[in-house]
Amino acid sequence: MDGFLDLAPLLAILASAVAAVVVPITGEKRRNLRETWTVLAAVVKFTLIAMMIPGVLAGERYGMDLLEIAPGISLSLRVDPAGLLFATSASFLWILTSFYAFGYMRGANEAKQSRFFSMLAACLSATIGLCFSGNILTFVIFYEILSVATYPLVIHSGSKKAYEIGRQYLIYALTAGIALVAGLAAIYAVTGTLDFQPGGFLDADMGMGFLWMVFLLFALGFGVKAGVMPLQSWLPNAMIAPTPVSALLHAVAVVKAGVFGFVRLVGYIFGPELFGEMGAATFLAIFAAITILVASLIAITKDDLKARLAYSTVGHLSYIVLGIAILAPQAMLGAAFHMITHAAMKITLFFCAGAIYVHTGKKKVSQLDGIGRQMPLTMAAFGVGAVGLAGVPLVGGFVSKWYLGVGALDAGLPIYLWVFLLSGLLNAAYLVPIVTRAFLRSSPDHTRVDEASLLMVIPISITMLFALLLGIHPDGVFRFFSLAEAIVASVTGVTFTGGM
Amino acid sequence: MSQLPALIPTSLILAGLLSLLVGLRSLRAGHLIALTGTAAAFLLSVVGLVEVTSSGQPIRYAVGGWIPPIGIEFVLDHLAAYMTTLVTGIGTLVLIYAPRSIRHESPGKSALTYPSMALLVAGLAGMSITGDLFNLYVFLEIAALAAYALLATGDRAGPFATLRYLLIGAVGGGFYLLGVGFIYFSVGSVNMADVAARLPELVESRSVITGAVLMVLGLALKMGLFPLHFWMPDVYTNAPSSSAGLIAPIMTKVSAYAIVRLMLDVFPPAYFTEAIPIAATIGWVSAAGILFGSIIAIGQQDYRRMLAYSSVGQIAYVGLGIGLANPIGLIGGLLHIVNHALMKGLLFLIGGAIRWRTGLVRIPDMVGLGRKMPWTMYAFVIAVLAMVGIPPTAGFFSKVYLMIGAVQADAWVWFAVIILSSLLSAIYFFRMVEFVFRDVENESDAADDSATGGVTARELEGAVAGEVPPSMFIPIAILSAAVILVGVFNFLIVRALLEPAVAPLLGG
Amino acid sequence: MTIEFFAGRYPYILIAVLLAIGLYGMTMKRNLLKKIIGMTIFQTAIYLFFIQGAFKQGATIPVYSEEFGTDPTLYMNPLPQVIVLTAIVVGVAITGVALSLLLLTYRRYGSLDEDVIIKSMRESA
Repeated sequence: MDGFLDLAPLLAILASAVAAVVVPITGEKRRNLRETWTVLAAVVKFTLIAMMIPGVLAGERYGMDLLEIAPGISLSLRVDPAGLLFATSASFLWILTSFYAFGYMRGANEAKQSRFFSMLAACLSATIGLCFSGNILTFVIFYEILSVATYPLVIHSGSKKAYEIGRQYLIYALTAGIALVAGLAAIYAVTGTLDFQPGGFLDADMGMGFLWMVFLLFALGFGVKAGVMPLQSWLPNAMIAPTPVSALLHAVAVVKAGVFGFVRLVGYIFGPELFGEMGAATFLAIFAAITILVASLIAITKDDLKARLAYSTVGHLSYIVLGIAILAPQAMLGAAFHMITHAAMKITLFFCAGAIYVHTGKKKVSQLDGIGRQMPLTMAAFGVGAVGLAGVPLVGGFVSKWYLGVGALDAGLPIYLWVFLLSGLLNAAYLVPIVTRAFLRSSPDHTRVDEASLLMVIPISITMLFALLLGIHPDGVFRFFSLAEAIVASVTGVTFTGGM
Repeated sequence: MSQLPALIPTSLILAGLLSLLVGLRSLRAGHLIALTGTAAAFLLSVVGLVEVTSSGQPIRYAVGGWIPPIGIEFVLDHLAAYMTTLVTGIGTLVLIYAPRSIRHESPGKSALTYPSMALLVAGLAGMSITGDLFNLYVFLEIAALAAYALLATGDRAGPFATLRYLLIGAVGGGFYLLGVGFIYFSVGSVNMADVAARLPELVESRSVITGAVLMVLGLALKMGLFPLHFWMPDVYTNAPSSSAGLIAPIMTKVSAYAIVRLMLDVFPPAYFTEAIPIAATIGWVSAAGILFGSIIAIGQQDYRRMLAYSSVGQIAYVGLGIGLANPIGLIGGLLHIVNHALMKGLLFLIGGAIRWRTGLVRIPDMVGLGRKMPWTMYAFVIAVLAMVGIPPTAGFFSKVYLMIGAVQADAWVWFAVIILSSLLSAIYFFRMVEFVFRDVENESDAADDSATGGVTARELEGAVAGEVPPSMFIPIAILSAAVILVGVFNFLIVRALLEPAVAPLLGG
Repeated sequence: MTIEFFAGRYPYILIAVLLAIGLYGMTMKRNLLKKIIGMTIFQTAIYLFFIQGAFKQGATIPVYSEEFGTDPTLYMNPLPQVIVLTAIVVGVAITGVALSLLLLTYRRYGSLDEDVIIKSMRESA
């Protein structure tokens, strides 16, 4: 069994890679067969990943070195709690997104669906690949593949505007990629190794100038995908892609890849101690805190629903970055767990926005008066996501924010607690009114109950339940909380007894 | 198989000459002979490659039975096997590709084409394999003459552009020869191994320094190193696609290889870095060339001219590897020889395919090609990803090695140049990807074929569903696969061939 | 500089002057034919360099003769001469190709003036 599980990371990556090839070959005409492939790949992938959870929590590190790709550096797959946490959530949400996307793409009657599903599968392969990367080079390879594979999805509509945005997207993504390559070359030239080590492998002897250069290169590389200001502007624009892409990639997989990069950077390359000592933590925390507040403020001004959600994403990604940069074990725990809770809540919100758009053609917040009467289930789910992001107990967002706040206090940085609280209020300010006007106001357009197709409503319900479960019993779903604890334990050595 | 080193150039030269004689009667038979000879040389190179890597020893052959250092010696070592395999491999693929393309682009002019191609490959393979400084000059000029013949058959401005290239080439060859003279009169030998053995006592000698500088200067001219590149854009723009597809990938690289050979195996270790700053000069000139080539390429409208400027930048990566003069940097430069040869060959062949199918050479006209010839365009995307350096294609790894080398050499400016140039090449290549995959609006598909001078419907018969015929597509497919495979398995090449090759740098 | 410096080296100085003239012709002249002439002068200077370098006062051809015996200093060094012979062959080939390209260019543009040709080339492109 263990021998098989060593293969599991590779198989999990291959599952969707195969789908990426088979889907376009099957083609537009045999739609049901094509969709079967996607679902099959998603389920197989998730099963393989979920199978590794018990072992990894028990301290196993599955994986293998495939082949040497540079002197002393192999294409290496290693499953650790951090990677597994991210991979489990991404692959689980891919299953739901697949069903949702069938409904969405049919409903919106989109063209080039084969290319769409193929590239979506390729993105998932790359995401899982970077989760399980054992060293920086492998990580960067998958990171770059992810950047490139997302491009066709961004320009999906084929409009002039989409191409312009695609260009901007590529410039950002490729700049980020080359910065990472430069950073890894610098590290390799000095240390001769690129393997991630819990607690980091750089040390202060290498010179502050060198370390800061490495940090800035990596921060640029990860900051773009994580949407840390001032590198965020591609993300709201990328909402031009079909909603399943916005939901899965630009709320979960792609953007969290950037955040995950910061986890690796702080926890596994620099190590929290050195990161704090050199002052990079303060630097990063300030940027993240500003991003949280500014993005929330911008979100309030946006009338376009997806744009509002996008700015909300920008803000919440920086929650995680800030949590990492605070360096306190509790904050790191909160940050790791927020990766999951935010994914669950934000994908729910995006799913809802997409369902509303496909079903009624409405994109703007100001048009949503009374829509709760027409689509009660959808808007109820939206409500759960909204209060969850604001940090109301019983939804997942509360748990992660709690630990983030406690961590800020632990670290003696109460200012960041205020940032979290203030932004929670702002979250409520830009999301809750949508729900209230949907249910409390009335409009002649929406009088009778008429939900979107089941292919969309069912995934919405599941992600909503997922978000609720995370708030009620954090360790109940795929043991995410234990995984988050295991990350903190491996990086800082601090263990939490009992958990929640 | 101690005759192996001799068999490679011999089979090529023989094929070239026979192909010329037969080709006067039957072009088809002439082509077949040239192709057979080149393919045979490729197989021999592969055999040589395997033998050298498995034994770890170079295969030596004394030409005409004259014992070196008096006679000429061919030496098939790691680096030479690496180069001959590349050169003959590209040659074989282009020869498969050429007939359809040539018949379309320059009908009635091809009597000399196939013999010239075989001779070009012969010259380049000879340069790679020879162990004699003067013999290198002879092969250099054989390759150059064949190249002039190939390039001149292109568009209207072809002969003029080629004449300018010829003049530069003659100066380059002349400087190299002069340098050989200086070395010979101070050392008393032109055999590389013999010179290498005697040089350490003479490193202070002023005429040795002059000789080294002149030889490198001559080769740098032939290599098209910025700012001596100005012949390149006109030549590639006006050449037939298949000729450009043969010359652009390998010709300049072999001159770069010759510089590496001088640096590693002829002159004492560190001579080019310590006694005279040749390596550093090449490095700085290359850094400027990388930026220059990439920036100018952005503004080009003609596909071929864009590729030419891109080549000015890319050959400079090899120069940068020489400039770094540390093992990992030089490995990056040498790896880039193969990587760039594959990518640029692929891009030129795709350009020829586009021209064959639609008659287009200007990038803005290429809107909607993705629909017309999807498979060729997928190959194009692979080439672009490699040029930009997206993993796991070949282009990524040479850049990584060069960057590591730059950090180790504390060459931060060069480090920044590599970063910047990747972004610049992304700009000009992705612009084109965007064009070809954009859907044509307000334009009927039927109208443009006749207007732009592509193939007629009758000629298209036998081609795969709107694509180019198999003889053109198969080389494209093989090169695209190679771009990816060389990337994934790059370390096998590095370990088996390049690490032994750069060993002199470690020993120094 | 003394007279002796020049006296001992005058062949080399002459060669250097020839090289310079050749290069000047190739780079500064606008007429393509003059460029080719410059190239020929440049090449010839290189041949002379090899011949001069190998020259020995009073030595004979490198074929064994009874009169000179086995003392190698009495024979000319054959290698530079072989090199020059080969180089001349290469040079002639290059000149031949250059002239044929020149002819083709003249037929297409009706001029040998580089600037005129470039102008006409840019216009048609």
